[in-house]
Amino acid sequence: MLGYAGRILHVDLSSGKIWTESLKEELARKYIGGIGLGMRLLLDHSRPGADPFSPENPLVVATGPLSGTMVPTGGNGHAFVSKSPQTFAMGEAKSHGHFGTAMKRAGYDAIIFYGKAEKPVYLWVDDDAVQIMDAKHLWGKSPQETEDAIRNELKDFYIRVASIGPAGEKLVRIACIINDRTRAAGRCGLGAVMGSKNLKAIAIRGSKDVKVPNQDRLLELVKIQHERMKGPAARKYRTLGTPENVLVLQKLAAMPTNNFTRATFDGAEKISGEYLNERFVAKIIGCSSCAMRCEHIAVVPEGPYKGTTTRVEYEPLWAMGPNCGVGNLDAILKGMDLGNYYGVDTISIGGIVGFAMDLYEHGIIGKEETGGLELNFGNHEAMLEMIKRISLREGLGDVLAEGVKLAAEKIGKDAPNYAVHIKGVEMTGYDIRGLKTAALGYAVSFRGADHNRHGAYGPDVAGKVNRFKAEKGRGKLVKETEDLYTIIDSLIVCKFSRGTYFEGFKDLAALYSAVTGIEMTPEDLRVAGERINNLGRLFNIREDLTRRDDTLPWKIMNVPIPDEGVAKGSFVSQEELDLLLDDYYEVRGWTKDGIPLVEKLKEVGMEDLIYIVKDKLEPKPSKKKAEKKEE
Amino acid sequence: MAAVPKAETSKWKMVSCDPDKCTGCTVCEYICSLTKDKVFSAQKSRIRTMRLHPLVNISIACRLCSPAPCVTACPRDALKQSEQTGVIIIDDDKCDGCSWCIEACDYGAITLHPELKKVRICDLCEGDPKCVKWCPEEALDFTTKDILAQKARIAVTKKLFKESIEVAGIKT
Repeated sequence: MLGYAGRILHVDLSSGKIWTESLKEELARKYIGGIGLGMRLLLDHSRPGADPFSPENPLVVATGPLSGTMVPTGGNGHAFVSKSPQTFAMGEAKSHGHFGTAMKRAGYDAIIFYGKAEKPVYLWVDDDAVQIMDAKHLWGKSPQETEDAIRNELKDFYIRVASIGPAGEKLVRIACIINDRTRAAGRCGLGAVMGSKNLKAIAIRGSKDVKVPNQDRLLELVKIQHERMKGPAARKYRTLGTPENVLVLQKLAAMPTNNFTRATFDGAEKISGEYLNERFVAKIIGCSSCAMRCEHIAVVPEGPYKGTTTRVEYEPLWAMGPNCGVGNLDAILKGMDLGNYYGVDTISIGGIVGFAMDLYEHGIIGKEETGGLELNFGNHEAMLEMIKRISLREGLGDVLAEGVKLAAEKIGKDAPNYAVHIKGVEMTGYDIRGLKTAALGYAVSFRGADHNRHGAYGPDVAGKVNRFKAEKGRGKLVKETEDLYTIIDSLIVCKFSRGTYFEGFKDLAALYSAVTGIEMTPEDLRVAGERINNLGRLFNIREDLTRRDDTLPWKIMNVPIPDEGVAKGSFVSQEELDLLLDDYYEVRGWTKDGIPLVEKLKEVGMEDLIYIVKDKLEPKPSKKKAEKKEE
Repeated sequence: MAAVPKAETSKWKMVSCDPDKCTGCTVCEYICSLTKDKVFSAQKSRIRTMRLHPLVNISIACRLCSPAPCVTACPRDALKQSEQTGVIIIDDDKCDGCSWCIEACDYGAITLHPELKKVRICDLCEGDPKCVKWCPEEALDFTTKDILAQKARIAVTKKLFKESIEVAGIKT
């Protein structure tokens, strides 16, 4: 079982006890690594109903079998997994860079944190020597400052650090965990879980060897991937990067604007990937082992935000741009930089500010609540101020720091109608009113609003299906990409490299086998993908989520796209959603309520988890019936 | 015994990194340790990357200094420089891992092998450096100092004569 480090590190922050356990081959083979392994460990080490911020909710970080090897983009990933404080269900978020590489080299496939430290601490992993260190002096610092401070005090520049910023400390429910300055495990608020444990950072120095069973076999595969990564399959990421989406989605009228009020943005050219690359991008860098390189580092050349240097991707650009009606790229980049500084999910922060602007424009909140801020769409100065207030829980920011779903419930009136979220997680930058395959993918995603769990916008955007129509067959499309994406997130390779696996599971299985020495067929790997998706579902069922939660934001289902043009009038009705859900559940082998059938669980080798669904599949006799019996 | 002809130091070829192209991906480290030690390990790589800031990335291997300060610094005469290639040859029987050479090297191009406790320096893979071959960005070059200087001259000339080049449609 090479490739894997073969060890799981357990850290009880309450007692200070630290121990290791060997990774069983069956667990590795079934759940692969990354999110799969992390989710299984979370399920096994948590109790149903635990509050995400309670010491009872463990936080897991896992690498994949490919981490630490030369597999392009595979060498560097890590995934955080915990019960999300936004969804109260399965939360997972991946990140890349160099942290995962270091963790594998230190000799761990996963670290599980239990309990809560009495005072702020950080974990210092120096290969086999693991210590809980005082972090009082780091409290309040940004992730970047924390990284620098830890490298300085431990006197080694090559130490890799994943840490939270002030937002995580203050339990802002959209807080993220940042490594390598600009890389974030962004979604689901796992930074706040880390904060709830008083865990400021994880610092790792790894110096062990990572071995593979047959280096010639591996190098042959790596060579093929290198060639593909230089070709058209990775072109987008090597050139304009994800901001290429701006003009693509604009053309399709699928770019949510002003908190999903409209689906096109008037200032799109001035925030496009083309404009960005020409004027702002100073350098494109790569993660450990990557042969593509995608990380566009932008620098603001002049004006009040001159010198702001930040990584830029479409999603945060959209969230703090069109979603807030902001067309000033200088300010959007400043927003991303602030998000990284405070340690918040830069998608969700834009979602929340857009939501607040919508409430302000509709008179649901006024200057009294905003502390005098004119929170209109397009006011970029107000947007930046709100990013700070939310991150530090100041004024109105305190309520908004709960995320749009919980904040809307607290604000009351019609506020929930303006809260654009799925399962509590703020939406991402696709207007799914006119992308109906994607709409299904979003609705069923086990971690809430997300384009990366399913990639189901693909067939919609490429015109492979009629994107305005909900019909049978979409369930299969969503299931297939979900299963593939889940493996991508478990191995872990980068989603941006997905196009270079020309033969999907076959290419990925070959890499897995070459690295681990465990022969894995493409079909084995596909089943593993299916298994892990069922695992996500099972966890959520255990936490009492039902079909009711597989739903879409109010605006998506009630307000047709108003923009003149191709998408005008499109929205997703309850009827359409039901049709899509029925189709998907059927393809998945789940009941009409979205509960995996016992046969399905047996088919994918999850007999040990049947207990979760048993009561729900065979409902206890109702009271009425019971009474009858007594008669 | 036939005398090995002594090469001019300007003819020595070395691994050089163009920081404008380097993305900090560390593929050079992966392939180096795999080639030399059959494992993936940054510590065992003879070439190391340094990302000081997202905008500042470079890979560093032996610069073939002449005279080489590492050779001078070694108190046990364990290091000598090949007159033919400029490569620093390590006598493992003499090297005791004292690391004076590491301190003497201005570029951090020498590492101490964590298990063998002997120093390791880029040996150019017998004239076919694997890192150069595998660098996805072609940021690494196996070249002489003469050619590096020439490249710089071409670049600066292009810059100085940008207008004429454009007007005349000169292909460069």
